[in-house]
Amino acid sequence: MLSSLTPHLPVLQVVVPLMAAPLCTLIGNRHLAWTIAFITALAAFVVSALLLGSVLDGSVISYHLGGWAPPWGIEYRIDAANAFVLFIVSLIGVLVLPYARQSIEHEFEASTHTYFYTCYLLCLTGLLGVAATGDAFNVFVFLEISSLATYALVAFGARRDKRALTAAYNYLIMGTIGATFFVIGIGFLYMVTGTLNMADLAVRLAEVGDTRVTRVAFVFILVGMGLKLAMFPLHLWLPNAYNYAPSAVTAFLAATATKVALYVLLRFTFTVFQFDFPVQELTFEYVVMPLALVAMFAASIAAVFQQDVKRLLAYSSIAQVGYMLLGVALLSEAGLTAGIIHLFNHAVTKGALFLAVGCFVYQIGSSRLGDLKGIGKTMPWTTAAFVAGGLSLIGVPLTVGFISKWYLIQASLQTGSLWIAGLIVASSLIAVVYVWRIVEVAYLEPAPEGRANKEAPLAMILPTYALVAASLYFGINSELTSSAASQAATALYSATDLASEGAAQ
Amino acid sequence: MWDEMTAEFFVGHYNYWMTVVLMMIGLYVVVSRGNLVKKIVGLNLFQTSVFMLYISMAKILGGTAPILTDNPDEVYSNPLPHVLILTAIVVGVATTALGLALIIRIRESFDTIEEDEIFEIEQQMAKNATSSVGDR
Amino acid sequence: MSPELAITLTILLPASATVLLALMDKRPNLREAVSLITAGVLFFIVFGLFETVLDGARPAAHWFDVIPGLSLSFEIEPLGMLFGVVAAGLWIVTALYSIGYMRGNNEANQTRFYICFAIAISAAMGIAFAANMFTLFIFYEVLTLSTYPLVAHKETADARRGARTYLAILITTSIGFQLVAIIWTWVAAGTLDFEIGGILTDKIEPTLLPFLLALYAFGIGKAALMPFHRWLPAAMVAPTPVSALLHAVAVVKAGVFTMLKVGVYIFGIDLLSTTGAADWLMWLAAFSILAASIVAMTKDNLKARLAYSTISQLSYITLGMALATSLGVMGGAMHIAMHAMGKITLFMCAGAIYVATHKTEISDMDGLGRLMPFTYGAFFIGALSIIGLPPLGGAWSKWYLMLGAADTGQIAMMVVFMASSLLNIAYLLPVVARGFFMGNSVPMAHSLGAAAVHAKGMKAIREAPLWCVIPPCLTAFGCVLLFFYAGEIYTLIEPVAFPKGAAPS
Repeated sequence: MLSSLTPHLPVLQVVVPLMAAPLCTLIGNRHLAWTIAFITALAAFVVSALLLGSVLDGSVISYHLGGWAPPWGIEYRIDAANAFVLFIVSLIGVLVLPYARQSIEHEFEASTHTYFYTCYLLCLTGLLGVAATGDAFNVFVFLEISSLATYALVAFGARRDKRALTAAYNYLIMGTIGATFFVIGIGFLYMVTGTLNMADLAVRLAEVGDTRVTRVAFVFILVGMGLKLAMFPLHLWLPNAYNYAPSAVTAFLAATATKVALYVLLRFTFTVFQFDFPVQELTFEYVVMPLALVAMFAASIAAVFQQDVKRLLAYSSIAQVGYMLLGVALLSEAGLTAGIIHLFNHAVTKGALFLAVGCFVYQIGSSRLGDLKGIGKTMPWTTAAFVAGGLSLIGVPLTVGFISKWYLIQASLQTGSLWIAGLIVASSLIAVVYVWRIVEVAYLEPAPEGRANKEAPLAMILPTYALVAASLYFGINSELTSSAASQAATALYSATDLASEGAAQ
Repeated sequence: MWDEMTAEFFVGHYNYWMTVVLMMIGLYVVVSRGNLVKKIVGLNLFQTSVFMLYISMAKILGGTAPILTDNPDEVYSNPLPHVLILTAIVVGVATTALGLALIIRIRESFDTIEEDEIFEIEQQMAKNATSSVGDR
Repeated sequence: MSPELAITLTILLPASATVLLALMDKRPNLREAVSLITAGVLFFIVFGLFETVLDGARPAAHWFDVIPGLSLSFEIEPLGMLFGVVAAGLWIVTALYSIGYMRGNNEANQTRFYICFAIAISAAMGIAFAANMFTLFIFYEVLTLSTYPLVAHKETADARRGARTYLAILITTSIGFQLVAIIWTWVAAGTLDFEIGGILTDKIEPTLLPFLLALYAFGIGKAALMPFHRWLPAAMVAPTPVSALLHAVAVVKAGVFTMLKVGVYIFGIDLLSTTGAADWLMWLAAFSILAASIVAMTKDNLKARLAYSTISQLSYITLGMALATSLGVMGGAMHIAMHAMGKITLFMCAGAIYVATHKTEISDMDGLGRLMPFTYGAFFIGALSIIGLPPLGGAWSKWYLMLGAADTGQIAMMVVFMASSLLNIAYLLPVVARGFFMGNSVPMAHSLGAAAVHAKGMKAIREAPLWCVIPPCLTAFGCVLLFFYAGEIYTLIEPVAFPKGAAPS
């Protein structure tokens, strides 16, 4: 029975959560809905793990939706790169759910919980779909499924703070503009090639060569995805959305949404447009890299001055996206590997951090720095988890953040630019400042009188610690992540082989 | 490259010019209007311009609707972009619906749908939060 | 016990003792017993290794790969053995001393103190036995972070400010410079293993060598090379046992030890001497020696004076390495042991004075020597050892450093050493002189009020608690012993300093 499902894994990855999503609302009972959501997320995780396991040797799984052969039908194409992304997304997806069940109790009415799970699963579906599909227009559709669900998820925070509504609204406007830009780019590509299959696109584009249309298409796609992944200065939606969304949603989004958008950008940059398009090279060298560097500094400095920990972490996320883009903009396989490994490492770290902050919010009702005085004494476990995540953000050895920094600096030194390496470390030193602000408040200030020594419930602590453990484990033994990342980089890079294989089918 | 800029170039690509004009109007409305509903209207214009881009690109001069007939030489328009846009329209409608729903909720909580007034209320909220911390 | 197991134990033993310490939170006697027993067992193991290394063996242990190609592994060579045995040996003394000091002062959070202390020792062992620069760096950072809570121990505004400076400088230099230097080395040489003769020969443009060395020299902030020395005086807000063991022995010696390692095993003495890459470092170290000595003279606070004295003495070792000659390395290595023994004596005496009288300013300490003869006797011996008079250990290291300077024909450096010895006398001996000869029965205080307090306090003053007095007496005796056992150290270091067997008798 199970073995007969194996060839269908790529589509099951997406369809299972899609089917389960409406079920949550139809069933009407929030406990049952949670169970469905959890089982679904767990199934998605198992599927992604199986997929990752079967493509890590460099092979590619091509699944033809409805039996229509590509390039006419829609193809789901799993290689090391997107299997890795699928794995990250579904891992976070399954870890956040038990946490969410507890944390949303305080955040909005029980009657709306079923809707929450539906949105959550839809968002998961969209993100998984974006990563799994090999069809350019399909990317747009799934992107919008996940985005629409995300806007709704952010708006769930309105019960606690009505600013969540405006945050969701602004996110909607910006996100839709981004998605529409992306569609325009796809339209241009279709115009010159007559195909939407990514592998096929790569072959045809190589024939078409460097024309004005392809250049414009590339720029539209870059800007569209730049909006979705919060590339500086297109990041304006992010701080408010992360700040006012329910804790579980923030953790989930921070760890997955921007990462998937980045994956799309990488896929288009390295697989669809082949790497030697001059406009692409110039754009990365003279636009993306400077912007990434500015993001690393501007957003980090902005983080230093935030009074709310959630907002602080949101700005830090923008800076971290800068690191990933920087790795990519080095335009070398080492740089790409560094970008991808940071994609995973940052997902784990930021997920853990936002979950820990969620525990604070659950227990003391605030994430403002002024309210967290002495929290290290009243909630020692949560604070310890937060500090572990913070150390990873700084890039202290034995955490995943260190591995990322190592690869990034190594990649920048290999391309011979010592000054970029210098900037990377300089900006990570700003991280020391903002992390240590919190550490000092948490440990060295006395707790306000009358606050009980009470930890968050176990259902919230455990997922937090699962991510913290992951961020430590992969910091001590990066064998798995680094081989997966370099395999993914190779998969993205070997565009020509992939394209010729695609054409043969 | 300016050699290409003949009258024929302008007229021959009039569908694209229309798209560009519509797109710019849409974007301008989104950016310049302070009324949240008007922003959604702008967003719709913007999206529609893209729909038109796709649809006009599929049109073949003298082509009919893509319906199977007995005549194998029948010239017909490319159906694929039309189908794609059908999907995109659905997405657009969903976006609009969600946007409007959010506006209703915003109206309920903020008593206004003007961006600058909302901004002021939010500033006030931020200030109150800071001062309440100071009291402690 | 196999050497591999022994190495692993030296690191894991103190680290795992933390669990026991945490469990004994409410039972101070048991807790301190655990601390003492661990220290004893650790020293026993390390001493066993010492004998093996003295016989010419090089025990090694491989843990696992962190990043493919970069492993956590250990190999004991003479320099590391020397540092390891010094740190482990002095831990016992300090463990005894902290019992007296912490109880005598009724300090809060004593369990946290002992836990962090044990982690710091574990990290020091890791640094000592590291087989490659990567491992060394990891433990270097662990040491920085584990000592932060110790510096901030008192949790006052002062302590927080001091700890912030401490962390800021150490993290900034290590991540900002050292990490870049390490990754640069890795990219250039393809290895980070310590090898006699260095790994950089012909791997890097000779013109870039001074620059890389600068990244290392300033990156090793723990060596307190000016202008990155501010953390050391700042760290003096810590309780005295911390200052004694960490900021006279483990932390600062970890710094200069790393410096020696980089000079001997990464660059190689020959490479440094043929390219002259270390010339600038020699002058900077000379400047550090003199400038810090002069600053020390202006300090009235005893601990601050000792801190600046440490800065000056550390630069002896850096200078020994920068001379790029065998005798310089020999002198530098010896000075690690000699200075450690002398300086820990001085710090523990300063602590004993504080416990007994709560005085920190030298000008208030007139006449105390007659009331606390043992403490002041030990202080006197320690001071003489730092100055470098026979028959005390400090004489030998200065002797070899001078020989090294003569060997390279650097007359200026010989002058620096001599001038510095004179300065040592000028800032250390007045403390002793004031204690024994000044301030008869009439206290020499500045104001009437203070005088009254002073006079009142004077009557009650006697020696500090037993456990505060015995350890400095032990180490003072150690200073004498080291003079007679310097031959052992010479034999130990010989294979490193004179790899070609060209040792002058």
